[in-house]
Amino acid sequence: MRKNLLLGLIAVCCLMMTTMAQNLNVKGKVTDDTGTPVAAASVVVKGSSTGVTTDAQGNFSISAAKGATLVISAVGFESKEVVAGTTSLIIGLSSGVKGLSEIVVTGFGGAQIKKDVTGNIARVRGKDIEFMPTPSVDAALQGKAAGVFVNSQSGKLGQAVTVRIRGNSSISASSQPLYVLDGVPVTATDQSTYGGETNPLADINPNDIESVEILKDASAGAIYGSRAANGVILITTKRGKAGRTTVSLNIQQGNAEATKRLGMLDSEQYAKLILEGAAYNDAQDGTPITDPYSWTSYVKGDILDYYSYGQWSKDPTKTYNWQDQVFQKGPYQQADLQIRGGSDKTKFFSSFQHLEQTGTIIGNSLVRSTGRINVDQKANDWLDLGVSMSLSRTLNKRLPDDNAFSNPLQAIALMPMTPFLDPNTGLPAGAPPGDVNIPLYYNPVLSVKYGKFNQEVYRTFANSYLKAKIMSGLTFQTEFGLDYLSQNEEGYFQSQTVRNQTRAVNGIGNNTGTFISNFNTNSYFNYTKIVGSHNINATLGMQYQESKAKYNSVEGTDYPSNSFQKIASAATKTAGSSSQTDFSFLSYFLRSNYTFRDKYLLSASGRIDGSSRFGANSRYGFFPAVSGGWIITNEKFLDNNKYVSFLKLRASYGIVGNAEIGNFPQLGLYSGDAGYAGVSGTRPSQLANPDLRWETTKQMDIGVDFGLLNNRISGEIDYYNKKTDGLLLNVNVPATSGFTTITKNVGLLENKGVEFVLNTQNLVGKFKWNTNFNIARNYGKVTDIQGQVIEGGVSSMNRVMEGSPVGVFYTAEYAGVDPNNGDALFYKNTKNADGTFDRTTTNDYKLAQRVVGGNPNPKFVMGLTNNFSYKGFDLTVFFNAVSGNQVNIYGMGRYSSANMLYEDNNTVDQMARWQKKGDITNVPQIRLYTINGSQASTRYIVDGSYIRLRTVSLGYTINPKLLNKFKIEKLRVYASAMNLLTITKYPYWDPEVNSDSFDSNIAKGNDFYTPPQPKTILFGVNINF
Amino acid sequence: MKLFSIMNSKTLIIAIAAISILSTGCAKRLDLVPYQSISSDQALLSESDVNAALIGCYDAIQSGSVYGGDIMVLNELTGNTTNIQFTGTFQALSDAYNGQMIANNSFATSTWVASYNAINRCNKVLTALDKITSSPANKNKVEGEVLFIRASLYFELVKLYAKFYGDGDYSTNVGVPLITKPTNAITTADYVKRNTVKEVYDLVTADLVKAESLLPASNSRYATKWAAAAQLSRVYLMLGKYAEARDASNRVITGSGKSLNSNFANLWFTFINGGGTTPAEYLFYIKLTTQDGVNSLNTYFGRTISAIPGTSGRSDCKIKDAHIAQYETGDLRKNFFVISGGSRYTQKHLDKYGDVPVIRLAEMFLTRAESNFRLSTSVGAAPVDDINLIRVRAGLPTLTTVTLPIITKERSIELAFEGHGLIEAKRLKTTVGTLPWNSPKLIYPIPQREMDANKSLVQNEGY
Repeated sequence: MRKNLLLGLIAVCCLMMTTMAQNLNVKGKVTDDTGTPVAAASVVVKGSSTGVTTDAQGNFSISAAKGATLVISAVGFESKEVVAGTTSLIIGLSSGVKGLSEIVVTGFGGAQIKKDVTGNIARVRGKDIEFMPTPSVDAALQGKAAGVFVNSQSGKLGQAVTVRIRGNSSISASSQPLYVLDGVPVTATDQSTYGGETNPLADINPNDIESVEILKDASAGAIYGSRAANGVILITTKRGKAGRTTVSLNIQQGNAEATKRLGMLDSEQYAKLILEGAAYNDAQDGTPITDPYSWTSYVKGDILDYYSYGQWSKDPTKTYNWQDQVFQKGPYQQADLQIRGGSDKTKFFSSFQHLEQTGTIIGNSLVRSTGRINVDQKANDWLDLGVSMSLSRTLNKRLPDDNAFSNPLQAIALMPMTPFLDPNTGLPAGAPPGDVNIPLYYNPVLSVKYGKFNQEVYRTFANSYLKAKIMSGLTFQTEFGLDYLSQNEEGYFQSQTVRNQTRAVNGIGNNTGTFISNFNTNSYFNYTKIVGSHNINATLGMQYQESKAKYNSVEGTDYPSNSFQKIASAATKTAGSSSQTDFSFLSYFLRSNYTFRDKYLLSASGRIDGSSRFGANSRYGFFPAVSGGWIITNEKFLDNNKYVSFLKLRASYGIVGNAEIGNFPQLGLYSGDAGYAGVSGTRPSQLANPDLRWETTKQMDIGVDFGLLNNRISGEIDYYNKKTDGLLLNVNVPATSGFTTITKNVGLLENKGVEFVLNTQNLVGKFKWNTNFNIARNYGKVTDIQGQVIEGGVSSMNRVMEGSPVGVFYTAEYAGVDPNNGDALFYKNTKNADGTFDRTTTNDYKLAQRVVGGNPNPKFVMGLTNNFSYKGFDLTVFFNAVSGNQVNIYGMGRYSSANMLYEDNNTVDQMARWQKKGDITNVPQIRLYTINGSQASTRYIVDGSYIRLRTVSLGYTINPKLLNKFKIEKLRVYASAMNLLTITKYPYWDPEVNSDSFDSNIAKGNDFYTPPQPKTILFGVNINF
Repeated sequence: MKLFSIMNSKTLIIAIAAISILSTGCAKRLDLVPYQSISSDQALLSESDVNAALIGCYDAIQSGSVYGGDIMVLNELTGNTTNIQFTGTFQALSDAYNGQMIANNSFATSTWVASYNAINRCNKVLTALDKITSSPANKNKVEGEVLFIRASLYFELVKLYAKFYGDGDYSTNVGVPLITKPTNAITTADYVKRNTVKEVYDLVTADLVKAESLLPASNSRYATKWAAAAQLSRVYLMLGKYAEARDASNRVITGSGKSLNSNFANLWFTFINGGGTTPAEYLFYIKLTTQDGVNSLNTYFGRTISAIPGTSGRSDCKIKDAHIAQYETGDLRKNFFVISGGSRYTQKHLDKYGDVPVIRLAEMFLTRAESNFRLSTSVGAAPVDDINLIRVRAGLPTLTTVTLPIITKERSIELAFEGHGLIEAKRLKTTVGTLPWNSPKLIYPIPQREMDANKSLVQNEGY
């Protein structure tokens, strides 16, 4: 197949060279409203397909008949039409809103004017996400593009972010999109060894970004072949511009706080409830509550007094809200310097950033410094070359994962009568030499005070290129890129933490190194030709990527004292390891776009992918796509229509794959990690599957792009249907075989949905008001998993089931409380002979059949941005919303919204418990240590819908005339806020949650003492020189 | 040639360079291999390969879900509710304790899965015995060790997941699936049925008899002839084959040359006090090091006691007053508890790294005494002498005569919280709390994941 492709390539080159023509020139210059030249603007003769782009000076020359209309368009500007005169033209463009004239990046050097695009590509401008306290680009995409669902795990800094483009298209393989930074597929998977997942994309400075293109359908994505099924996110960084060098300085400072605190019982309420539970037990046993061996006596002495250092009986009103101990105000400061300029030969962009962010949870902070330089050089009339390079250092002081007693938020479970400080020692409760078994559970403050876990990442993104012009219209570009990630993690826990770190009797420390070198080469021909009404563009090339990940770690215990924290001082080295894993991809791709009379658009692309991850029997896959478009407004019958200024129909169909299936899943393996008591040993670890291959997604997309009233109203409507087969499943096999799963390509799922985008210019003139709105509805359904039971999440409540979306909550259905006796009730939900369900209730949990009780995947995902400007003022108000999804709060609910089953402090809503016959309530009777309604059920599946005022930003730009004498070009002061307001019925902290202890493809929407998102308010100043 | 006439030399150079870059052969670079693993067909080619795979079998039973402690923990929590108050927050354990297990009990699942994982490792080694060419003794040793491990696992599985011997007809009652061949690929043959309880016991007995004959008398920390004989004595005791149980325990006592540690307390805290020295009384045990292994008994029975540095645990299993009431005055073992935070904990499992004993010599004396008593024989020693041996070490006066209740009570006190609770209740047909010995609630469920994955299995009653 490779040989045929090469022959084809040569043939195409030759064909291209035969179609050459000569033309007369009309010269001109394109500038912005300040007179600065606009490079790469497109100049097209209207009605024909003749077109050119401007050079670095904004100059162009084009052949056109006298009196013909030229259409000029450029990224970020409104397009303009001028009549071609005999003299040279100066054309000023005004910076416009998002629109049809934007140029979108399509990968491998490709760029198309939005109106000509036949696939579905959403574009987010760097401008729309810059200078916000969002540390990573993926989190910043939330609500910005239709059909892109973004969900942060928690409010911990640098945490992983879930991104789903048009639904979840896999079960066992990753469903995250492919991220490509300036042509290099970057390492985007979690590399942390402690706490929850971290986000390697946080090493990219979001303010360096010119644009983010999201390739959503198969036509747009097929050029990334086996890696495009989850969508592709192309990140393009800013490049230099010819002209005066501008220096831009941006400084911002602010504060973050957790979005919410939970209402918990105070000491009096707590004692009331737990004693009520004890009294119930005593009544059952027939013991008087005054009996010294009664439950009541036990609770008073061994619980209430013991865990309050004897203070409770002295002052039962004294309350300690443990949330106050673990939440904090987190200062935020960031400085950015960007220098941009160049000449016609050399252009450069350079940036520096320093960010210091303190978490809203104690012990959490992040410091990032980045530097970037992007240089483009014109070597001679046929050779361009350039380099982009970014260096960053990120230091993240991390928190443990949610499901750890040392997670600060688990302090919420501690009893409200337990003082923060041990009255005997003045140290935090539980710190030796005080009683280490107080509080009820480990005091997480100890791990912050007496422990640390620092993750330090050095990251290099580099890419250099050579671009040669072989002849008019034909270029060849070769690129070499590197993404090098070097990470060191260092943890140390002092002896005071021994109740949690049980081996920290004399301290425990660890040190882990992670080194991932990911290099990539792209080489491709690009051919553009306009012949009469025919406009042809083609790209043909190859890509090779190789990633090597090396890990090492060492752990030691027994330190002379807590002053020694490096492993050099550890008397016992308790663990040490090194390992490596690699993968590679070799790919050939072809893409061609054809436009006829500026009306009929046709595009075809394909890619051949080979990978080390695929089995020997299916090493290469082929991924083709076609798409077409019809610009109806360029037909005579709609030309110059008063209302409809633009209308395009488009459709695409293609096949893409998902190769995120881990390394070496196809091999039968023996591992050498089965040593025993100091002697090495081996074990069978994996069964072979030489047929293993990528997952295949066939996607159809039909869309309409429209512009009304001179494009003051524009938008897109899309319908898509994605069918994924050959799902890579970890198929459950009988454990009696010695294995629990084997990886196979079985199963089908589908996602279909609609997307709607509307951009309006409501007011133009002095007072400007633009609105951008997007909404998407996705219907996901697993259609065939061959009867597998696949579950995950808190108490294995997330499940993959045929006929349901991935990861629905499958659990018993709660039916409230029996008013007669306070018993928790559940619906039986057994199937009757006629197919209906038995809706009678039972207090025997075992008799309640599980049902689909919720869905963590939202039905609707929305974003609404309003931009206002008047004179020097500008205001942006951005809301995002998700609706129709549920969240599972059982992780914390089973202990803390559990009608006082255990000694954990409970949420204040548990005061509504059943107390006497006839009480109508949803909270069952308190029965200490006897489960009554706190089994897994829909009692703990709650609505996760929310509307959030994600960002609001108000700025004032001082009149440049007043600043001229200070040599300041622009001065803007602004105030911004993130997550200022959240409208939701969610009972716990934050509905935007994915507990890091359980997060997987199928286990979404779990809350497990998960820190909420920060609410950040900041003030900034931006100065351009 | 017209095509090329329009190309100048620059163009040609670029085109050739471009095509050569594009066609650079990288296809071989797709043949990557893992670093931490090797291909299965390269794993068992030599004697040293087989020895490494044998160690892998020990590694498998060291798992916290197997002899790393869960098997003992589950037997205690389900079978010893009279003496233990469980206050932990692991739902699966609390269900096991309360007789409220559901089919997807996570501990029932993990012990099943880990045990069969170990069994597959054993079966792999059994198919590669011909690679052991250094001496017949070495080959016998490896075979004996693997048979001992596999038989022990089947014995534990059939006790947990099936009706007890004596509860109905054991030749028709379903036991657990018997797998004696390694898995190289999943085929229809892997969707196995449950064998009968009798078939399981027949294999266990035959394998242990063979293991005893093959194994050497001493074998470092690995399985010995005496470990196999001791396990065999347990099997026979379960089956009510007292003569065989008596003889097997007698072979251990007389053949192993071991004797009871003079001080009961020295059997525990072996890491904290002894730096990891294993008491000679342990006949088979799981070795834990600071680098390898978890002691689940410590996890659930242990507690961080400030006065004893190095102790740890979740404080989940508190010992009831009812247990203490069973001790005679002066019994040193009665003091082997610690009160902390108002609750009582056994000191047997406070040590995080202490080795996990699976069988210790004291049990052999108790087994021999009971078997002799039931058979009215005195093979090796009179029952009263064996019991006095145990009593004297515990600081108690000798008895002149014993009864069956005295013998079994001595057994329950001596071996308390070491994983015998459930089996003793079933063997002696006593009640567990309010449940009769043969209650289905005292039988673990076939894990739900296993029922889902293999339609040939039948579930136990009540799940």
